[in-house]
Amino acid sequence: MRIALFVTCVNDTLFPDTGRAVVRLLERLGHEVVFPEDQTCCGQMHYNTGYRRPASRLAVRFVRTFEGADAVVVPSASCAAMIRDNYPRLGASGSRLSRKVARMAPRVYDLTEFLVDVLEVTDVGAYYPHKVAYHPTCHGMRMLGLGDRPHRLLRAVRGLELVELAGAAECCGFGGTFAVKNGDVSSAMGADKARHAVESGAEVLCAVDNSCLMHIGGILSRQRAGVRVAHLAEILASTEKEVTAR
Amino acid sequence: MSSRERILARVRRALADVPADEPPVRDSGGGFADSHGVGPTLEVLEDRLTDYRALVRRVAADRIAEEVAASLERRGASRVVVPAGLPREWLSASSAAWLTDTAEEPVPLGDLDGADGVVTACAVAVAETGTIVLDGGPDQGRRAITLVPDYHLCVVRADQVVDGVPQAVRLLDPARPLTWISGPSATSDIELDRVEGVHGPRTLEVLLVEPTS
Amino acid sequence: MSGTFLGMPPFPEAARDAVNDSRLRHNLRKATHTIRDRRAAVVDEMGADWQRLRAEGAAVKEHTLRHLDRYLEQLEESVERAGGRVHWASDAAEANAIVTDLVKATGETDVVKVKSMATQEIELNDALARAGITAYETDLAELIVQLGEDLPSHILVPAIHLGRAQIREIFLEQMAEWGVPAPPGLTDDPRALAEAARVHLRERFLRTRTAISGANFAVADTGTLVVLESEGNGRMCLTLPQTLISVVGIEKIVPTWSDLEVFMQLLPRSSTGERMNPYTSTWTGVTPGDGPQEFHLVLLDNGRTDVLADTVGRQALRCIRCSACLNTCPVYERTGGHSYGSVYPGPIGAILTPQLHGMSSEVDEALPYASSLCGACYEVCPVAIDIPEVLVHLREEVAASPGHAGERALMAGAEAVLSSPRALDAVQRAAGLGRGAVPRHLPGMAGAWTDTRDIPEVPAESFRQWWNKRGKGNQ
Repeated sequence: MRIALFVTCVNDTLFPDTGRAVVRLLERLGHEVVFPEDQTCCGQMHYNTGYRRPASRLAVRFVRTFEGADAVVVPSASCAAMIRDNYPRLGASGSRLSRKVARMAPRVYDLTEFLVDVLEVTDVGAYYPHKVAYHPTCHGMRMLGLGDRPHRLLRAVRGLELVELAGAAECCGFGGTFAVKNGDVSSAMGADKARHAVESGAEVLCAVDNSCLMHIGGILSRQRAGVRVAHLAEILASTEKEVTAR
Repeated sequence: MSSRERILARVRRALADVPADEPPVRDSGGGFADSHGVGPTLEVLEDRLTDYRALVRRVAADRIAEEVAASLERRGASRVVVPAGLPREWLSASSAAWLTDTAEEPVPLGDLDGADGVVTACAVAVAETGTIVLDGGPDQGRRAITLVPDYHLCVVRADQVVDGVPQAVRLLDPARPLTWISGPSATSDIELDRVEGVHGPRTLEVLLVEPTS
Repeated sequence: MSGTFLGMPPFPEAARDAVNDSRLRHNLRKATHTIRDRRAAVVDEMGADWQRLRAEGAAVKEHTLRHLDRYLEQLEESVERAGGRVHWASDAAEANAIVTDLVKATGETDVVKVKSMATQEIELNDALARAGITAYETDLAELIVQLGEDLPSHILVPAIHLGRAQIREIFLEQMAEWGVPAPPGLTDDPRALAEAARVHLRERFLRTRTAISGANFAVADTGTLVVLESEGNGRMCLTLPQTLISVVGIEKIVPTWSDLEVFMQLLPRSSTGERMNPYTSTWTGVTPGDGPQEFHLVLLDNGRTDVLADTVGRQALRCIRCSACLNTCPVYERTGGHSYGSVYPGPIGAILTPQLHGMSSEVDEALPYASSLCGACYEVCPVAIDIPEVLVHLREEVAASPGHAGERALMAGAEAVLSSPRALDAVQRAAGLGRGAVPRHLPGMAGAWTDTRDIPEVPAESFRQWWNKRGKGNQ
């Protein structure tokens, strides 16, 4: 299957390893990955901060860039949720944008949905010899309804021990511009999430959203807590060969 | 323009988006269940009442008078309020002094406050939620008599018990003043933890009359 | 006599103090987690039916709002037919004047009150005090707040911010000022505290001839009012006095008696996490020989018709004040209710208050941002109010206001970069070159991040640079 990768602006700029991991993983599973170079940003930051028009313009660009794709894979649950849940609210009903969104939204997948639902694979042949805790990010859990897909993928990874994360369903406090507009509350929420991560005994905290991980990881790093963060894609892309080669 | 007219005009202006031909009647039928109880109705009711710290006893239909007397005696209740329409035979085995509340001669508030308890029947009971509903009928009396005394003994007949809330709502007459009672008075206001016993009767005792077979 | 939210700082500032108050954090965490777990247990018990009830609750409320004029007229007719009198109040001042006049007409100077958000909203107690009338709060938490000269911080449990030891102190110090004193040996056992409240208010209930309440529901077709409560203070106020005055927001209507089949299931489980609250009273006008013989219903607008006019924001009027959204909100858990600077705190307050007020202050403008948009509130809302949707909608209104020119410029700059892959690539390359030169602590807005969090290392090469190189390598 030919898969269009929407890497997202945050991953493109700050976390290219995640994008590379998705490419490596999907190619390993025998699929062709394309990267439409006109892509930029889904508009989530603008939309969530109250800037609807810029968000709409970015949505139009996204739709134009990806409308020909059979499947669009996004290694960010919140961006996938922006496209699927919020794009339909951007265009007036019956408008060209809303018609196009209605056609393409069902073909936009978070990486875990794509693997489990479309490729119907949970064992992706990964090897990752670490204790890992999974943080279900809010938009993945509540907007996309990812359910236990990430857990199923993680449990099939050889060498990986999945540990329980207390208070898992609670928001980490990132929330986009919330992290700076309400920095104190955001940090307090993040500190609790970081504490749970440390108490879980995990070496690695993983999630399907690098923006949340940037926030939690920033706190863990500042506290020198000894827990790393990693995007789920990077764990799934990891194989015995690479781990040994390291 | 009166405030009434002003508010109604503002409401109508606010609803300019609602199509004029949208029917003002809603098709009901949300498809929700009448109850979510598990097991036989009386057992569920007993379980739920007990869960909310009510005292519950199952009694035979021909033993109501003896059981009422036993409950009052255990409680040490000697001055007891009863509504005028309560079956007198229920009281025949007890030696308590009865303060009978009638429409013509309501028991004064001070006497209600000084009474040891009150005995009533009920209109409907809901198993799933452990709820007893009073509708001010002759065997239940006006609302104050089940409120001011600290002990309420309520006789519930098996045929008055329904499984769930929707069935109770259908049976009740909204024109009457209704009191839904689920356990004794309680509060969650201190650290959101439930504590029984504030202003209403601190003890609710239910005599659940078994169906006669 | 009572505090006021006027003059409080906007959310981020108020929240900073709250977040650093360890006792408050402890009280809130304990209480919200307790109630959260209880709600989850009784909602899970309902199985798949919960979502059906939730959808039905939302549909009934939405339908009512879309035909509110008709239902208001029907309610008025039903209440008057049953012997009640209906009054209409456009705003807080008018509602307060109506209630004050009604109380004066009874000749009483003391009134007992059932907990009511509507009367908090219009600051009725202060208005009555100015007319020489003392309003006695009878709900335990409201009593604590009134005695402590504090402000409510939660819709259901206004004293949630206080722990048992603090409540004991307030009772010992203040009860004597208001009536029957607290027993000298009072402990902080919740049972003892509840008993003290019982003794303190007992005489008051038996003596007072006029009561003021709100209502959870007003049934249009029968004219029935419904109050759910736990302690019995509601029954006392609704039953013993001669005169009852109920102040009810115009959005509290449900069309028919049978709609209570839905709401009597949704509300208790969402609110106190019980299958059913201990007491529910319903009354229809006046019943000869039973309860108050004079009944007044004051229908309150006070900004609600403005909310109604906003087709996105309108859904906030479905709210049945259960407070499940407060109890589940990670922001509320850490800031408490006072930080919101409004009678309605938490997620619902963040969308309701600015709409009721018409975004008239800095406090109102900060509220739509008092959320990480995690969606937990929407998930638990028994009438499916999409709170995140309304928050974003209100942010649009704030972002367009004159005070936000700086942010608008930043957002326009971001859009310029994100509208062009070439511009984005240029920024990524520049950042890649400048990596290592970023200090650990940044000034200004960015400082809000780096005060507590490290920033990620900027990679040497962006994903798109890597992809392009790789493409060339493959060819």
